[in-house]
Amino acid sequence: MHIVVLIKRVPDTTAKVRASADGRSVDATGAESIISPYDEIALERAIQLRESGAATKLTVLCMGPADATKEVRKALAMGADEGVLLVDAAPFRDSAATAATLAAACRELAPQAVFCGWKAIDDDAGVVGGYLAATLGFSFASYATKIDAADGGLAVHREVEGATEVVRVPLPAVVTVQKGLAEPRFAGLKGIMAAKKKPLAEKPAAAPAAAADLVAYQPPPDRPPGRIVGEGAAAVPELVRILREEVHVL
Amino acid sequence: MSAPILVFLEHVVLEHGGAALRKPALEGLGAARAMASQLGAKVIGVVVGGAAAAAAATAGADEILVASDPGAPGSMGAARAVAAAARECGAAFVIFPATARGRDLLALVAGHLAAGVAADAVKIDVAGGEVRVTRPVYAGKALQVVVARRAPFAIGLRPNAFAPAAPGAAAPVREVATPAASSAEPTLVETRAPEVRRVDLTEAAIVVSGGRGMKGPENFHLVESLAAALGGVVGASRAVVDAGWRPHGEQVGQTGKTVSPKLYVACGISGAIQHLAGMSSSKCIVAINRDREAPIFKVADFGIVGDCLEVLPALTAAVQAAK
Repeated sequence: MHIVVLIKRVPDTTAKVRASADGRSVDATGAESIISPYDEIALERAIQLRESGAATKLTVLCMGPADATKEVRKALAMGADEGVLLVDAAPFRDSAATAATLAAACRELAPQAVFCGWKAIDDDAGVVGGYLAATLGFSFASYATKIDAADGGLAVHREVEGATEVVRVPLPAVVTVQKGLAEPRFAGLKGIMAAKKKPLAEKPAAAPAAAADLVAYQPPPDRPPGRIVGEGAAAVPELVRILREEVHVL
Repeated sequence: MSAPILVFLEHVVLEHGGAALRKPALEGLGAARAMASQLGAKVIGVVVGGAAAAAAATAGADEILVASDPGAPGSMGAARAVAAAARECGAAFVIFPATARGRDLLALVAGHLAAGVAADAVKIDVAGGEVRVTRPVYAGKALQVVVARRAPFAIGLRPNAFAPAAPGAAAPVREVATPAASSAEPTLVETRAPEVRRVDLTEAAIVVSGGRGMKGPENFHLVESLAAALGGVVGASRAVVDAGWRPHGEQVGQTGKTVSPKLYVACGISGAIQHLAGMSSSKCIVAINRDREAPIFKVADFGIVGDCLEVLPALTAAVQAAK
């Protein structure tokens, strides 16, 4: 089984991200970039399947700026075999165009399974996995908290609205992952050294027709200044009055 | 008249038989109605399988399409059904509530139709015939506004962000055939249901979350009791999930769930950026924290400075008494 893991380069979760002054981009100046956390969880599970022999090849596919080689190298250092970076200089790319570009790249790589996070933590869309599956004609399972190879397919646990669904997923398949699937490893020095010799192909990302255009990024609405109701349990009666008379929840 | 707006109407099968539409489905109809009045378009609802046809007919749509049972319970079958309905009625827009099922369908149906797509809308504006979608990105640290440039265009709606449609007169109901699967689809082996079925965090009207200030997993019953008294759902900060005090599914924040309830109560949560990102679009935020300088008080509408272990029992008792 050849697994392709989609990884996205995003600003770290502790980053102060804000709409830029001209509204054409988001400003994450000074923020460290990371592999989007859910993608990194998908990558870890794929590496485990590669190590157990269930997968025979593991390729990471990333679309991002030229310096996203850092994230691809990290994935190689963690244990992926090969990396492909689709270099995309465009400041905005809609979800449909993103999925179309990744689908074309996946056709070339011809994997049996594609893993990725259920969403990337920058644009928060959570669309690429399903869109890709429908475009490629692959089967699809989302929110995986357990993935094992079984009977020529995948045995997947999905966590949906508090229940766990156990599904048998035929290949080829796209599986999106949720927290709880695996704990990403640190890339050791040995991995980092090995990664330098692993193939990393860089090519320009295809530019399909846009299905949506960016109008602007805006700051979130300001919250009016709040007030401290009081201290300790003594403040409870006033808070309850507020909940009843001002918030109308009681 | 413009091409119609199709709304996926998610339903639940009721214990005593029959079926009802879920609240996010009614919000989908509400959003579609607002768009339709400006675009001069018809609003068509689609249900998958016949169980909810009667409930859907009076929900406020102009027409209901009943897609025949896709023969499989998963998202892939439902996506075949909804995509076929969208093709059949020539929909210009297809609307999905961002429930777990709705998110799957948004992506799959958009892929089947090679449609444009915008997920997690909190606002839809129509101006000069253009449809603009506002959606939070970076878990709410910024808003992104995009304009639809392709038909069909699929839009996912954040729960609790749109007013539900008012019920209408019985709309005509028509059946559409769901095509058979063209490739292998997942099969359900079993569902392990929780003992008590709870409302999902992302859809809850009231969320009570606990953080490090709860001092240990053994004190979380105080958070659960307050949530129960308020009729809400329990959430947690990343710190306590990472520490293993609470399950992953309860995490609110940029790497957890993004919530926008009517009331969010943060108990012993200092308010790290990654947590604030996941809850700052809540309509009312109440914070209880020992540290007067905690960042959570910058976003809270109402705050109590104090120890959660002391304040929560008093608050729970007072809420119970007030009800």
